[in-house]
Amino acid sequence: MSALPRSGAMRRYLVRLFVLMGAYIAILIGAKLAFPHVPPRGVLAYALALAPALPLIGVFWAVFRLLVEERDEYLRLLLVRQTLFATAFCLVVMTVWEWLQNFDLVPPGNGGFGTAFWWFVGLGLGGLFNKLTIGDAGDCS
Amino acid sequence: MNNRLRVLRAERQWSQQDLADAIGVSRQSVNAIETGKYDPSLPLAFRIADVFALPIEQIFLRD
Repeated sequence: MSALPRSGAMRRYLVRLFVLMGAYIAILIGAKLAFPHVPPRGVLAYALALAPALPLIGVFWAVFRLLVEERDEYLRLLLVRQTLFATAFCLVVMTVWEWLQNFDLVPPGNGGFGTAFWWFVGLGLGGLFNKLTIGDAGDCS
Repeated sequence: MNNRLRVLRAERQWSQQDLADAIGVSRQSVNAIETGKYDPSLPLAFRIADVFALPIEQIFLRD
């Protein structure tokens, strides 16, 4: 069992993920520092507020691009199951949270743990789901 | 669907990785097919048949 994935698609995905997450951390720190110290105004404020979302959207693209590029049909099946699990998990968590908010049983907002966070948690749990049900978590197992 | 992959592979003294390399998939895929966890697509079944130089029905069997 090698730590390095043999699939070229998975290797490209890991490079994309590394670059995008690096960009996310850098942009997030920049935006968090800029808003309190040099508050942007108008269009610039919207642009800076949305900037950290762009690498996260890029990660979504990278995951779904992996589904397109993976040539091994069994590994692709595992990925499809994993992403479907993540989507279902995220929808369930966000729906439950929003209905609790509707009746003021939990505080407003999500403390930064929004849709993307729960989808990525679901992706991890999806790999665990594959391991438990098929005995195989995918190319990085 | 049952299959004779493990027997055919053993007859040729091939590892799962050898077979995986020959048909262009991961070793995990070969293992999943051998253990019946995954049924291959028709194109992949044909590639497997080509590697063993056997008709598909002599490799994959009905349940």
